[in-house]
Amino acid sequence: MKLELRGITKRFGSLVANDHIDLVVQPGEIRALLGENGAGKSTLMNVLYGLLQPDEGEILINDEPVHIRSPKDAINAGVGMVHQHFMLVPVFTVAENVTLGVERTRGLGLLDRRRARRDVLELSERYGLQINPDARIEDLSVGVQQRVEIIKALLRDASVLILDEPTAVLTPSETEDLFRIMRELQAGGRSIVFISHKLKEVQAIADTITVIRRGQVVAERPPSTSDAELASLMVGRSVQLRVSKAPAIPGDVRLSVRNLTVPGERGETAVNDVSFEVRGGEILGIAGVQGNGQTELSEAIMGLRPALGAVLLDGADLSGLSTRDRLRSGIGYVPEDRQEDGLVGDFSVAENLILDVYDRPPFASGLAMKPGEIRRSAVAQVAEYDVRTTSVSTPVGTLSGGNQQKVIVARELSRDNKLLLASQPTRGLDVGSIEFVHSQIVAQRDRGVAVVIVSSELDEIYALSDRIAVMYEGRIVGFCGPGTPEAELGLMMAGATAAQAAEETGPSPVGHRPSPDEALELPGATGGGMPADPGGPDLPSAGDTGPGQGKEPEL
Amino acid sequence: MSEQMPAAEPGPADSAPADSAPAHSAPAGGVSADTVTATTPDGAPKTPGGGRRRFSAGLIIEAITQGSSTVITILAIFLALVVGGLLIVFSNPTVLNDWNHFFSDPGVALTQTWQAISFAYTQMFEGAILNPATVSAAFHGGSIAAIFYPLSETCAKGTPLILTGLSVALAFRAGLFNIGAAAQWIGGAVVAVWLGFGVSLPPVIHVIVCVIGAFVGGAVIGWFVGLLKAKTGAHEVIVTIMLNYVMYSLLSYLLSTPTALQEPGQSNQIAPFIDANANLPHVGGPPPQAGVGFLIAVGAAAGVAWLLSRSTVGFQFRTVGASPSAAKNAGISVERVWIWAMLIAGGLAGLAASTVVQGTNTQLTFNSYGTYGTDGITVALLGRARPFGVVLAGLLFGALQVGGSYVEAATLGQVPADIFQVLEGLIVLFVAAPPLVRMVFRLRSAKGGMEAVAKGWNG
Repeated sequence: MKLELRGITKRFGSLVANDHIDLVVQPGEIRALLGENGAGKSTLMNVLYGLLQPDEGEILINDEPVHIRSPKDAINAGVGMVHQHFMLVPVFTVAENVTLGVERTRGLGLLDRRRARRDVLELSERYGLQINPDARIEDLSVGVQQRVEIIKALLRDASVLILDEPTAVLTPSETEDLFRIMRELQAGGRSIVFISHKLKEVQAIADTITVIRRGQVVAERPPSTSDAELASLMVGRSVQLRVSKAPAIPGDVRLSVRNLTVPGERGETAVNDVSFEVRGGEILGIAGVQGNGQTELSEAIMGLRPALGAVLLDGADLSGLSTRDRLRSGIGYVPEDRQEDGLVGDFSVAENLILDVYDRPPFASGLAMKPGEIRRSAVAQVAEYDVRTTSVSTPVGTLSGGNQQKVIVARELSRDNKLLLASQPTRGLDVGSIEFVHSQIVAQRDRGVAVVIVSSELDEIYALSDRIAVMYEGRIVGFCGPGTPEAELGLMMAGATAAQAAEETGPSPVGHRPSPDEALELPGATGGGMPADPGGPDLPSAGDTGPGQGKEPEL
Repeated sequence: MSEQMPAAEPGPADSAPADSAPAHSAPAGGVSADTVTATTPDGAPKTPGGGRRRFSAGLIIEAITQGSSTVITILAIFLALVVGGLLIVFSNPTVLNDWNHFFSDPGVALTQTWQAISFAYTQMFEGAILNPATVSAAFHGGSIAAIFYPLSETCAKGTPLILTGLSVALAFRAGLFNIGAAAQWIGGAVVAVWLGFGVSLPPVIHVIVCVIGAFVGGAVIGWFVGLLKAKTGAHEVIVTIMLNYVMYSLLSYLLSTPTALQEPGQSNQIAPFIDANANLPHVGGPPPQAGVGFLIAVGAAAGVAWLLSRSTVGFQFRTVGASPSAAKNAGISVERVWIWAMLIAGGLAGLAASTVVQGTNTQLTFNSYGTYGTDGITVALLGRARPFGVVLAGLLFGALQVGGSYVEAATLGQVPADIFQVLEGLIVLFVAAPPLVRMVFRLRSAKGGMEAVAKGWNG
């Protein structure tokens, strides 16, 4: 099926979200839409899916103009969409979810469950989705839930599949799985529109990359285009993909974690006897596939979760201190889930900028807060940290993800910190914002702050870390330097110790990571370690129970 | 955030100089901290204090056409009055009879209808707000105080409603649903009455002690709810509802026990009159006119407004109310906020009891708590949990109650006062369903269908 968008324009008040966008997707093509948050990618796809009506322009399918007024029209026209946030009923099984709305019945309105199961199994086998139709959604990992959404679209005969930021919620190995599935779908003749702001992903999977900036198509490029060119097209100026940072000058030990054991949500041991030290002026990157205890570790350091063992900051034991007292004793904390834990969406930017210092001078004296001072400081911080907001009284929930994160960073970095603990500091951010947040974190290090970065993005770990610790199943399996090859790190993330990993990979040049000295060299140039890169070694994925390893995608 | 939020995203900085990026790495070096004017990304200077929008005619028109919450509230009240008018007609046999002869004599039916409705509402206005007759009488040597009598009575009726409304509103802002204003009211009433007749104190001091006692009595009940929630995770809605029953029974027991609160020599559940020293002083005139209780209510509203918007405690309350997880991560103790918010909420409900038992020259009986607790919920809802809104809503309900009785008397029972209770219910119903009001008045929805799309489909 050939899909064509002609001159699509969508305005929200004075803002033009889509400005005469033309796009042609050929049958069997994987087309990437690349653009920063707020560039208009999702708006365009919502127009295509009938969630929004365009002000101008038309949609053609197989060269015939069609009117898509609702998602139902879109589905009938063969367009399927997998949203960033899944639309699944947690307590229903996979089969029940995929047939929801298109239930087939036998006489007397009885649901034809057997047929539903068979449909799911058939699609699952044909595209290698590995889905059990009887599993309940709430028991499935995010990656599998996404595949259920894909099955849902396939079952409705979608020949064009829109994937809206599908990798934002996935671990590296799940991303790899998704790419394999996308290739199989492509081989089956379906076209895919892949929305992303991650350069390496679109390079790895797309046939053609369409770059959107400020509501306009600025370029179409082949996937062989360099990172630097794509990034500058996306942002509209040249971007440094890698923060330039001087070698670390570690000082005294500031953070010392000793034999920390943290019980998890369900009583399991989420963090198991973890010990490490971080010196002032040093960045420790904690790498690992998500769900291996990193969240619990940072929450335990912040006193948000009870734990055994000791956390010492500049030699002082933090055990028994509340979160508030730990923040007071000199910790800057960027929580993993910024919308849930880091910000209050309904509060203004100014209020969010004082969320954990609201009762300290100069913002309050005694019980009374000082609105003038809060406002003055907020205006200054907004300018200093380049937060793009119409005013400091704008609710923070209306800002883009990058600007929300800048609000948190501004708040947490504006104090005299001894330790900066940042979890997934750039998750879901666009290139420009990542650059900014990274440079701010490095600046903290250079001021003698001990920095701990928890990230499941290897790129981020490499970009920032002076030392890397790898977590697997609640333990730190090893420490290594910033120049460790990606393949070796990948093995450690799957549970191998540092020595095993080094032995396994050998002195392979593939996947070698530039050391900080070669900072300006672009990471893409060395080619290593993109999840779907067929040249790289297979990562045994932690969540994979099936015999997925070594199974080559059919191309 | 999705891309459907236009205002938030001024777009990438195309025109920003390329060398601005490295400057970010030295935050201290960039923009001086004293800079008060921020610059938007495209370089246009913002006005100082950019957030405060100018209050202009255009803004008002926009608020009306888009249906801001204030406009919706006003329209909801109007809509309720219209429906109330229909009820007045339906309860009037004369008018209904005229409608039977509509086709032979339509004029009579319509005039009668109009007269019935306008008479009832005029009487209500005269009974609750201002009677023009008293104004003209004042010019001919009548009492000037009589002009303010209806308004004063409205304030008096509204007083406990404002206070229980504040109680519910404050808890609500901290994310708690206080269904237990009735129990807290009883807690306050019991303490105030006991201090009122049980102890003997000098004039001014006695009043103050009783008022404080009422606050404490309510606060203890509220505190207990907060404590249970904080320590055991029990849901406050269930706890407060159940505590209401406990307190009804406790009140019943105390009022039937002569050694406790029962008036000696009585077989009914009734407490003794409180000491004259413990009565709240009059302001306008003797009950049913407004007394110092009304000033307490207004003062409490001002206090709650300050607490919520200007104090560190209120900031904690609002943060926990808006996002408990963000509050926790910012080092705010969610549990402590629950306890304190319920304590203060309980105290406010206790004050409501004080204005009744100390302000209306009545004895405490088993039925004294009336519907103050549930009315508090509707008042808080109508006032949108904002202290100023709660005062207006409390006064409106006070006016409806005063006006209702006045209309009933003026129409010799033709228009029952119950209609005005229905009116209260209708107002709350319409306020709670903004889309309904928008539909009736054909207003554009505030943010277009877009908002729903963004929430429903793209987070």
